[in-house]
Amino acid sequence: MSRIKNAFENKKAFIGFLTAGDPSLDKTEEFILEMERAGAALVEIGIPFSDPIAEGPVIQEANIRALSGGCTTDKVFDMVASLRKKTNIPLVFLTYLNPIFKYGSNRFCKRCEEVGIDGLIIPDMPYEEKGELAKIAAEYSIELISLIAPTSASRIEMIAKEAQGFIYVVSSMGVTGVRSDIKTNVTEIVESIRAVTDTPVAIGFGIHKREQVREYFKEADGAIIGSAIVKIIAQYGNKAGEKIYEYVQELLA
Amino acid sequence: MSKGRFGIHGGQYVPETLMNELIKIEEAYEFYKNDKEFNTELTELLNEYAGRPSLLYYADKMTKDLGGAKIYLKREDLNHTGSHKINNVLGQALLAKKLGKTRIIAETGAGQHGVATATAAALLGLECEIFMGKEDTIRQALNVYRMELLGAKVNPVTTGTMTLKDAVNDCMREWTRRVEDTLYVLGSVMGPHPFPTMVRDFQSVISREAREQIVEVEGKLPDVVMACCGGGSNAMGMFYNFINDESVQLIGCEAAGHGVHTSETAATIAVGTQGIFHGMKSYFCQDEYGQIAPVYSISAGLDYPGIGPEHAYLHDLGRAKYVPVTDEEAVNAFEYIAKQEGIIAAIESCHAVAYLMKLAPTMTKDQIIICCLSGRGDKDVAAIARYRGVDLHE
Repeated sequence: MSRIKNAFENKKAFIGFLTAGDPSLDKTEEFILEMERAGAALVEIGIPFSDPIAEGPVIQEANIRALSGGCTTDKVFDMVASLRKKTNIPLVFLTYLNPIFKYGSNRFCKRCEEVGIDGLIIPDMPYEEKGELAKIAAEYSIELISLIAPTSASRIEMIAKEAQGFIYVVSSMGVTGVRSDIKTNVTEIVESIRAVTDTPVAIGFGIHKREQVREYFKEADGAIIGSAIVKIIAQYGNKAGEKIYEYVQELLA
Repeated sequence: MSKGRFGIHGGQYVPETLMNELIKIEEAYEFYKNDKEFNTELTELLNEYAGRPSLLYYADKMTKDLGGAKIYLKREDLNHTGSHKINNVLGQALLAKKLGKTRIIAETGAGQHGVATATAAALLGLECEIFMGKEDTIRQALNVYRMELLGAKVNPVTTGTMTLKDAVNDCMREWTRRVEDTLYVLGSVMGPHPFPTMVRDFQSVISREAREQIVEVEGKLPDVVMACCGGGSNAMGMFYNFINDESVQLIGCEAAGHGVHTSETAATIAVGTQGIFHGMKSYFCQDEYGQIAPVYSISAGLDYPGIGPEHAYLHDLGRAKYVPVTDEEAVNAFEYIAKQEGIIAAIESCHAVAYLMKLAPTMTKDQIIICCLSGRGDKDVAAIARYRGVDLHE
């Protein structure tokens, strides 16, 4: 069984996100282990990019902090290699196409396999454009996670049928960030997905409260928490480890 | 391979949230571009409102002074709002109405596209928001006020280098937030399909007119057609109807800033490499890890780290040539054309004028150059004064 599939096996998956290198790669490693200790089933690691167009201000700033601190794709790979010796938690990268393309798609996927990355989430790679990378990723057993948005409508079936790993349902319009009120009818979206695939469904964008996590655990197979964790890192910096642990525990309580 | 390709370039690299909308726009555009009523309306707006056709002006003094090829200037600076941007904006704003949109948003660098968009919004009764790098709102303060006078809301963008690329980022973010009633009126031949094709088609009126005009006056085609090139919309519009005329050389003039051997440059073809950004595969200024470079040019309108995918393709084919022009060369050209021809041209356009000044003397008197003057330079006067160390008490 793939590590990603395992994350959803007989349980609801709490998925945490952070930006690698914010405030340092050593700390990223520590924070991921804290998330796992608190009950996270899978962690998304953001490879920082200069122009993250799908991110709101909180994660944009984390990208800037990480890049200003000298974080590079190679250093992120080294960090994951070190982390892999300490944990078997499924790990996926979230990044944009350009850092992958420029690194060389083949070289990138090969490194992913070597260090133990299980999947890739690429916000600026829609269904129509995944062909080029999908072939290469498959060679190295890297799963490409598809996103489905509130506007996907008639596209849901097509996307869900070819989905790998898990499906990332974007709960609201716009970019990432904490929201007090999410209006999209995710129930309908999840139902449309369930009609065509058994691939697990996780919901993300805007989630930051225990009630939201509970609700999405009922609606789907997992919940993704990003900006709320990154906010804690922004606030506490090097000392964020314990705060992240407490926060994830609280969300799962 | 996906839709909207120019060789390997182009494509639709955008978040899933936007995909259905792009498909809708593409379908609408495919329909309306051949729709008689739409084209009649657009032509009427271009002719009766924007002042087309624009002049093809024979620059007699420059021709004599430079002592080589005959120089013609395609006067897009004389359009309403002062640049070629209005050609595209009227087309897209009209399309927005047909799509039932009530709001348009746009990025702007120098402010010319923002002013054109705000103008079209006022005329056609659409709500309008403009995203402009904070750095550019300072460099082009007058244009900010102009947009506000036209009823638009201007959002200063404070992320990244606070210039054009960051304005595009924030405009795309805003569009994913509110796509239902809003059309993102992209200002150049860039972004995801169908924008590079649609903007090129709307701008191709420049070369459609110029080709007819030059044949009428000179009885033959020009030897060189040239334009400044950031994202590349005036260049694409100037090139398009000459692409199949193999005898016509096409030249795009990029902003080299302080020079292509410095990090303060925006000359994408000179220093860029292949990448995927802002919805398209093309060439971009970037580092070895694919981080987009903080580019620089004195010209806010050319201060962009990429180039439209069709230009990338013309470059790959060798059909068009792209040359870098520095700040200093462009400022000299700004002053030169003012004194020679009595034309205050945009600093963007002066990048083309600067290369024209080098090229014309190397050609013979029976040869012809058409250079696109993409915009007027009133907006740049204060910046040129600053560049020359002149203290203006405004």
